[in-house]
Amino acid sequence: MKKIETMKEFVSFFKDTTVWSLSGGLVYQIYLCILAALMVLGVYAYFVQINVGLAATNMSDIVSWGFYIANFTFLVGVAAAAVMIILPSYIFKDKDLHKVVIIGEVVAIGALVMCLMFVFVDLGAPWNAWHMMPIIGLFNWPTSLLTWDVLVLNGYLVLNLLVPAYILYCHYYHRKPNEKLYLPLVFISIFWAFGIHLVTAFLYQGLPARPFWNNPLMGPRFLASAFAAGPALIIVVLVIIQTTTSFRVEEQVFNKIRRISVVAAIINLIMLFSEVFKEFYLPTHHSQPAIYLYFGLKGHTALVPWIWTAIVMNVIGTLTMAFNPGKNNPKVLVPACMLLFLGIWIEKGIGLIVPGLVPSPLGEVVDYAPSWVEVSITLGILALGIFVVSVLLKPALMIEQRYEAEQGQ
Amino acid sequence: MDPRKNKICQKPDKQNCQHNRQRDRREFLKGAARVAAFGGAAMLTGCSGTLGSKEELSLRWKEYFKKHYRLMTPEEKDETVQRLERLAKIRNGVNIQMSSAAPIDGVLFGYAFNVTRCEGYMECVAACVKENNLDRKSDMQYIRIFEMEHGQMSPEVGNAKFFHKVPVEDHFYMGVQCYHCQNAPCVKACPTKATWQEPDGIVVVDYDWCIGCRYCIAACPYYGRRFNWNDPVVPKQDMTKKQHYLGNRMRGRGQMEKCTFCVQRSRSGRLPACVEACPTGARVFGNLLDPDSEIRFVLKHKKVFRWKEDLGTDPKFWYFVD
Repeated sequence: MKKIETMKEFVSFFKDTTVWSLSGGLVYQIYLCILAALMVLGVYAYFVQINVGLAATNMSDIVSWGFYIANFTFLVGVAAAAVMIILPSYIFKDKDLHKVVIIGEVVAIGALVMCLMFVFVDLGAPWNAWHMMPIIGLFNWPTSLLTWDVLVLNGYLVLNLLVPAYILYCHYYHRKPNEKLYLPLVFISIFWAFGIHLVTAFLYQGLPARPFWNNPLMGPRFLASAFAAGPALIIVVLVIIQTTTSFRVEEQVFNKIRRISVVAAIINLIMLFSEVFKEFYLPTHHSQPAIYLYFGLKGHTALVPWIWTAIVMNVIGTLTMAFNPGKNNPKVLVPACMLLFLGIWIEKGIGLIVPGLVPSPLGEVVDYAPSWVEVSITLGILALGIFVVSVLLKPALMIEQRYEAEQGQ
Repeated sequence: MDPRKNKICQKPDKQNCQHNRQRDRREFLKGAARVAAFGGAAMLTGCSGTLGSKEELSLRWKEYFKKHYRLMTPEEKDETVQRLERLAKIRNGVNIQMSSAAPIDGVLFGYAFNVTRCEGYMECVAACVKENNLDRKSDMQYIRIFEMEHGQMSPEVGNAKFFHKVPVEDHFYMGVQCYHCQNAPCVKACPTKATWQEPDGIVVVDYDWCIGCRYCIAACPYYGRRFNWNDPVVPKQDMTKKQHYLGNRMRGRGQMEKCTFCVQRSRSGRLPACVEACPTGARVFGNLLDPDSEIRFVLKHKKVFRWKEDLGTDPKFWYFVD
């Protein structure tokens, strides 16, 4: 009998959350339709890519990884950054941040979905993806860093799904979640968050063939830039939620997240300066990729405007967030967060992947810009990520609000 | 490249498929088979009427679910070889003879390149393309010859895109290809063990096991690997019919490939195509474990060096000067 009861509970939970996530005003419906249209565009472009092969992209034997892997690398950071909200709220019992921790977790889920999609669309033979599955395929673990990445990303996704789902489920039924059940998982997920980004850095860092990547600062810098860009994104998401829903976020929350982001952004800039110093004080043969990135090489300058734009955005964003002239006013804070976020996106995306591959090991220099297929698929995946975040957050916030109101009574 | 311009790759719509034009049909089959691999049995059974012979379908089905080459028993290796021969006959009308010859005991292959002798004729490149059935559409080449000015000895400062009469005064030539490193970074990188080093020292790829992630290209410090960005095209009449499972058999799109020291030739006692084609005798190939071999003579009596020795990859490819 009890089994049937639990089953019924599950069904009603799923029914309600699904209805809540898809129902909303006209604006919300239009918003979902736009996301759906972008996803359809992505699916269409992917069919073109499947039919033509990766020749539909602008990648080549020299620039063998491009836009997909660039976005993947950056978004791993966004996923890992949720830990900056999770850690203070669960471990230091910060009451303000605890109210928005669910938002951080959901953003991480969206980012992870995008990461896994980006890796998948980058595969030349996706129909063989099962070759990598343990047991039925051959999983080259622990030798290949790529297998580590597959493990940590999927593991982190599971952790980030389990904990919020359990807490929400309890709140939905007006119960207090059992800390003994979920706190161990939270502890694991905190270490795991650092793990996903370090492993992703090691993927590049471990290749002596690529001097631009073969740099022990890569891992720490990945973390610093992630902990700057991730919280910046969460601030933007909070402002959007604040203005479009009845969910209230206290100013204290913005201030705390802003401080976290600023500290990381400053550390990130110091590390960037340290890297630039090493490359340009006494340039060696191994500085060629950095020269290509910042100044161009042999007449190829495709990345130069991008990297300088990124650095300017990065510096302005960091300074604005540090001195906080708007006193956490969203009109100042949001543009600053966007600048920081986009600056890091460029610098840690395309500005990291392409110079790792150019000049080629034989010294050849080529330029790379994504093709329309790559851009369309990327837009589709980004839309999917935003869609996932939206449809998960909507019911989650409703449950939380209801639970809180009940607690308050 | 804009895929819309690329007619060969476009998938014809359903109407075309019902026309009895063989060519269109074949293009459709290619696409459909991929969709089938994706969608699974439902798609296959649903369309079997338009998808060609039952025999081809069953062969493709078995090919898709076959094991990694190194996990196959000798019988399973024979079976896949027979299936691939039959598929080549059905799909392209070519009679190929495929082998899965194992490495020979007591053999470790090595290569040496005489920088003094090479004069940049590129006969080796042409022979390699022909022998290994390299994609003519993307103009794939395993070997690259760099024209270099005196004073430096690294291909990075050379020019691999020369189109003029050779040899040019005051220049020398240096060929690069896969060096079959004893400590190969590409092998370590592969997430599915689709590339490995055989006991005779050749670094090979199980093309059908590769998922096309391209981590091995990123890991290779010598630009030794090539990726099939499109479906490789080799005209029927130009195809080398004597093939090896790990060597010059036809690859598919989305698969990695590389120089195999012409495994189809070297394991049956012949020289790789590039060595045989070289008009100046700049290329030396042989068994490193045989003290009387030419390669051992070179290593003993010439001043040799290896490229990027500092990376610790231990290539089995030496350069030397007379």
